[in-house]
Amino acid sequence: MTQPGSLKEGFIEPGKRLFAPGHRGCAGCGELLAARLVLEAAGPNTIITNNTGCLEVTTTPFPTSSWGVPWVHSLFENAAAVASGIEAALIATGKREGINIIAQGGDGSTFDIGIGLISGMLERGHDILYICYDNEAYMNTGIQRSGATPTYASTTTSPSGKISWGNTRPKKPMPEIMAAHGIPYSGTASVSYPRELLRKVKKVLEIEGPKYLHIHVPCPTGWYCDTAESIKVGKLAVETALFPIYDIEDGVVTNVKRLKEIKPVTEYLKTQRRFAHMFKKEGGDEIISAIQAIADKNVERLGLKR
Amino acid sequence: MIENTVVEGSYAVAEAVKLCRPKVISAYPITPQTHIVEDLSQMVADGEIDCEYVVVESEFAAASVVMGASTAGVRTYTATTAQGLFLMYEVLYNIAGSRLPVNMTCANRAPSAPISIWNDQQDSVAVRDAGWIQIYCEDSQEIHDFQPIAHKVGENPRIRLPVMTMMDGFILTHTYEPIKRMEQEEVDEFLPPYDPVVKLDTARPLTFGAFAMPDTYHEIRYMLSRAMMNSKGVLEDAFKEFGEVFGREYHPYFEEYRTEDADIILMTMGSLAGTIKDAVDRLRDDGEKVGLLKLRTARPWPTAELRKALDHASVVAVIEKDISLGHEGTISSDLKTAFHRHDGPLIHSFVAGLGGRDIRVADIKWAYEKAKSLREPVDGSIWVGVNHDIIPEVV
Repeated sequence: MTQPGSLKEGFIEPGKRLFAPGHRGCAGCGELLAARLVLEAAGPNTIITNNTGCLEVTTTPFPTSSWGVPWVHSLFENAAAVASGIEAALIATGKREGINIIAQGGDGSTFDIGIGLISGMLERGHDILYICYDNEAYMNTGIQRSGATPTYASTTTSPSGKISWGNTRPKKPMPEIMAAHGIPYSGTASVSYPRELLRKVKKVLEIEGPKYLHIHVPCPTGWYCDTAESIKVGKLAVETALFPIYDIEDGVVTNVKRLKEIKPVTEYLKTQRRFAHMFKKEGGDEIISAIQAIADKNVERLGLKR
Repeated sequence: MIENTVVEGSYAVAEAVKLCRPKVISAYPITPQTHIVEDLSQMVADGEIDCEYVVVESEFAAASVVMGASTAGVRTYTATTAQGLFLMYEVLYNIAGSRLPVNMTCANRAPSAPISIWNDQQDSVAVRDAGWIQIYCEDSQEIHDFQPIAHKVGENPRIRLPVMTMMDGFILTHTYEPIKRMEQEEVDEFLPPYDPVVKLDTARPLTFGAFAMPDTYHEIRYMLSRAMMNSKGVLEDAFKEFGEVFGREYHPYFEEYRTEDADIILMTMGSLAGTIKDAVDRLRDDGEKVGLLKLRTARPWPTAELRKALDHASVVAVIEKDISLGHEGTISSDLKTAFHRHDGPLIHSFVAGLGGRDIRVADIKWAYEKAKSLREPVDGSIWVGVNHDIIPEVV
């Protein structure tokens, strides 16, 4: 039996929702969908720590909550350290067995303000899964640039303008930075492939030790795309090789999601107004070529072409 | 009969923390707190404490780790000072607002700039509004004894507040003094295992740290404020019970020394009280009617008790190692509120001993004479022992 809104594979028991509907996410929000899928895969014996951000704000306006598992939010940057303390407490009281601990946050809290605390958590070897829901800017505060913002995207603090092409810096290679800690697992996923995501979360939670999972989640509000097209836009990021899906297990790249056909990046860029300036302004061709080069490099680096 | 043992001040804290049976300790090393956390690390390494010690990459992480552990429902401890305390600042408010009874020792040190590892009390004074109960200690015995009291008060289900005990860096942390050590059985009798009202539990999934809209935030902060005010009664009970179990009596808010007939009362916090007691004795020998009030609990602030204790004096000279820049010493400011619309003593603020500057009996006598001579209120603080010869003229 399945229930409305859940997948056919049915990871949660009928009649029992771990992630309740009625939250305040925007229409077409990729992050909240991904969070729901993560929870379905992780199951009820899970404790979650959540950084400040869209996911926290939309799901827990007091006195309501979407969370059917023990869940705690402390600050913007410290979910990894709070989770570390929870694990220590469970170990100290002999209650660690059978509990998944997930620390999660958006790209701002992961790439920027909280990276030191995640690094500390990984280095200490906690048996915790850290999940980054990457929508490529500070969406909760109004689409400001983060270290995850793709090159030449326009945001409110890296706007395109008469003399600007938007964010000029490359996206920080977070999965590689995390993997460099010598952890057993670091990998990527996209909410646009929900079954793969569910399988991946289940698989990763089986691995003992610190783990990092990076989920690409379209944000129609911040990317200025059609709210009905979120999943499609997320797929295009993968299909154009701008967001490759792969694992790094014990430092070795594995399970690369290979593509029969690599689409040109314009197919992805033209779906979102954050890239619109490069189609309008003179010289935009060069910018698009530069973005194509990023995708080409991903294809080469990871062997994305089947 | 418990014999006196000579221990380092840091060890006096560490051993008391051990006797309180914490389940999670997390700290980041910073002078002069280091010996406390080194001692605790060794105790964990030797299997003397059944707890997890989480070695972290920053004080911000240390505070966050104990925040998480406390939310998971266990007794927690951390220690820091100055820069570390300031790095924790965001988490301090979060822990208090989350009503988590974390126990922290602050080994008082001067804040940067200029960087200094030496003692004053600017650090803990600067975080006095964060929602932590604050207890200042004069010596190793106090810092030893006040650890179980900190847990007992903070963990009270009516209170649920974090507690910070202060000890002067180096002056107490690195000094060897004789103390009467608590026994495990006594501590167990005084301090039962921590039984949280709510915690992270998969059998009863609850959401912690939800965000509050303007229709509820105000009330939640009101409840926090009320808990802090209500902690007074709980503090009084805890100190009383401590006396019954351990045979050492402490007034919950302050200690008075030769104040009964004093015309001028000196007031301070922490280890400086020892020097002031000597100064009071010498001044008394010279026929001066002077006494000392050593403030112990600074948050919650004991307004009525201080008013009663100091009302008979004509002058109170607060000698403190902190200043609210642009105003005066904060303890002086707080004290003045006790006499708002009361015909109380004249209150003078003296700032002394910043950044580890030694405060001698002669300095106290100087402050006393100054206080005696000033018969009108003074704006700002009077600085003790400033060497004007080394101050450039341009400043």
